[in-house]
Amino acid sequence: MNYALENQAKTHYRSHKRALHIRNFFIYFFLILISVIWLIPFLYLIMQSFCSNYAPSFFFPYTPTAEHIAQGYPIWTGANYIKLFNDADYPFFRWYLNSLVIAIVSCAIETVMVLGTSYALSRLRFKMRQPLMKLMLILGMFPGFLSMVIIYFILKLVGIEKNIYSLILIYIAGSAMQYYIAKGFFDTIPRSLDEAAMIDGADKNTVFFKVIMPLSKPIVVYTILITFTAPWGDFMMASYLASGNQNMMTVAVGMQQMLSLEDKQTHFGEFCAGGVVVAVPIMILFFWLQKYYVEGITGGAVKG
Amino acid sequence: MASSQAVVESNLEYLSLNKGQRILYKISHFFTSIPKKLGHFFGSIPSKVRKQSKGIGGVFKNIFDAAVEGNWKTRLSFILMGFGLGTQHQIIRGVLNFLYEVVFIVFMVAIGGSSLAALPSLGQLGQVIYTITETVNGIPLDVEATVFYDNSFTIMLYSIITIALILLLVFLWYGQLKDSLVLQRKGVIGKYTSDKETLKGVLDKNYDKTLLFLPMLGLCLFTIIPIVMMVLVAFTNYNSDHMTPIKLFDWIGWYNFSNIFSSSASSGNGLFLKVFGQVLLWTLLWAFFATFSNYFLGMIMAMIINIKGIKLKKLWRTILITTIAVPQFISLLLVSNMFSDTGVVNTLLSNWGWIKTNIPWLTNATLAKVMIIVLNTWIGIPYTMLICTGLLMNIPDELYESAKIDGASPAKMYFKITLPYMLFVTTPYLISQFVGNINNFNVIYFLSGGGPSFVFDTTNIPYQVSSAGVGRTDLLITWIYKMSVTAVDKDYGTASVLGIMVFAVVAFFSLIFYNHSNSVKDEEEFQ
Repeated sequence: MNYALENQAKTHYRSHKRALHIRNFFIYFFLILISVIWLIPFLYLIMQSFCSNYAPSFFFPYTPTAEHIAQGYPIWTGANYIKLFNDADYPFFRWYLNSLVIAIVSCAIETVMVLGTSYALSRLRFKMRQPLMKLMLILGMFPGFLSMVIIYFILKLVGIEKNIYSLILIYIAGSAMQYYIAKGFFDTIPRSLDEAAMIDGADKNTVFFKVIMPLSKPIVVYTILITFTAPWGDFMMASYLASGNQNMMTVAVGMQQMLSLEDKQTHFGEFCAGGVVVAVPIMILFFWLQKYYVEGITGGAVKG
Repeated sequence: MASSQAVVESNLEYLSLNKGQRILYKISHFFTSIPKKLGHFFGSIPSKVRKQSKGIGGVFKNIFDAAVEGNWKTRLSFILMGFGLGTQHQIIRGVLNFLYEVVFIVFMVAIGGSSLAALPSLGQLGQVIYTITETVNGIPLDVEATVFYDNSFTIMLYSIITIALILLLVFLWYGQLKDSLVLQRKGVIGKYTSDKETLKGVLDKNYDKTLLFLPMLGLCLFTIIPIVMMVLVAFTNYNSDHMTPIKLFDWIGWYNFSNIFSSSASSGNGLFLKVFGQVLLWTLLWAFFATFSNYFLGMIMAMIINIKGIKLKKLWRTILITTIAVPQFISLLLVSNMFSDTGVVNTLLSNWGWIKTNIPWLTNATLAKVMIIVLNTWIGIPYTMLICTGLLMNIPDELYESAKIDGASPAKMYFKITLPYMLFVTTPYLISQFVGNINNFNVIYFLSGGGPSFVFDTTNIPYQVSSAGVGRTDLLITWIYKMSVTAVDKDYGTASVLGIMVFAVVAFFSLIFYNHSNSVKDEEEFQ
């Protein structure tokens, strides 16, 4: 009797386990499939950057044997990277430098301003607080770049409209509108901490830097990451300011141009090489700081 | 059916309705409640006005007091800003106020006054080319010289800046007058606030002003002033034929608005409206599908990775995040190239013998629309996945366990427990996603560039459509971009009108979402 029951339990357990195994098999299969779909374009990017010439029917470059060369197959080569940095038509290195300087400077200033605005809106109580947040909500509904033409003329009044570094000014000026996520994060820090510090005689500045900041490492890193990576991908404003001037382009504008012209087949390898050069440092940065990015985006974007 | 549309009196009655009836009730309730809400709004106006006028009355009372009670220092503040402050121990504030007054007067004399005066006409004379005879090396030569007189654009811009400065002046003027009176009253009883306290306040009592000064300055200069300009430009004929300063533009009232909706010859016998309607429809469809496909697929992705017993969770997440880490212009341009007519996807498929002719992934209007939404999930799913991962773990396990004991199926558990919770928490995120997608320039511009283009059976095509080359997958935002940046015949006026329309659409949907979500309300509750 007892034995039979135990046996029954065992078979039940086994069948349950088998069902679990089958389920897990399908889940892993699905996850691997998704991973492949997600990574194929990037694999293609890397492989094409090593191809000697662009041919749409080849995903991978061939080993450089005499036979393959004779048949005109794309073969393994590093020539795209060498050409990328020595191309007379496309001064990639200059673009890269432009983007890097813009990203670093605007990141440094923007981070301070975004966090300051968020702290003020989250922690300080002043008459204009609610109206200000409502105003920014409404302003955010206007399509931003229509004002681009007007910003261009405002820059022209000062005489810096042909300089790509005025992008820094534009990015910094927009930092107030990015308060939302950091404010959401600050809101989750208990107010009793501020009050305790204030009873001990701290002023609001001290509270910000000595109490709130140490507790907000995720959101600080998140803001730095966002403000640093955003200029790399911005196309609209940068393309308007550069307006065809090769030396005043960022990587986004310049590389778009590589594919938009007639000779896009001949520059595809170069584009891919450029893509790898731009994407790899940012990806490393991203994966390194992934933990903070996730904490920032989940802690600030929603209120749980 | 009829019963569900009747007004439901109590909660219990509502609960007794079945699902279809509940939805119908909610819809009818939304519309039947509009008059009530309107009534509420208008009903609250008198009390609001009373409150406001009380405030305004206070302002005038203070000014009156300053004139009557004020000593000579305060009275002098009426014309010399900051005098009262500067002579009553607040030197820094006094000097700053005075400096602003000086700058303001200089600006008004130099630029502001003339700009404001020219605002109604937007300038009289643009470019003038005249010929003068110069004698070069003894030979008389006719030389053309160009002079620019007025510039409609700068007149408009300076006028807005002037108005902003006047408002600031009034604000500061009232502030210093009031404070001067306060200082005077305090001085009588031998108490005063000195510069030292002003400086201390910078880091404490007035810390909000310290933190917000620069961000607000940037907001005014690069967001508010441009938006005001944009709204004004919508009422002008600022286009390629009126490029200031060569040729001035002028006020034309509501013409740009009515031109879109009219069926006159200038708008292609209603063609403009047809194109506008199609672009607007696609913009809304795109925003809807892009937002919700990413939302649900991302949530499902997060749930799958979260399943207990699945190993290498971090690896799967990291793989998905690659699309966030790589700048969009690289990944989108690359994918666009892969799916082009002669791209690698088509070539490999036909090499393997799976297809006979190339599939027009991004060049057939319908297929392009589907592909854009599908390819967009490649970019968008990882964001939702990241956000949902943490939130899903917040749902208490007991809920699921008790549901399981009651015999609920996984689907039922999802719709009864997971989805309501997630919707409740992520409404702000959904709103921002929807708004972001209406204005999603990158995905459209890099993937399809707006193409394929519209085919018309007439030759009378308004130039805002033909010169901009608006295509079947263009959103309003990319149309605006083409109309004001890449087109040969630009039309800033109509572009501004479309910009205002985008604002109207976004504001409409945001309001609906906001009114129906609980997580946006009660901000203080979470602190």
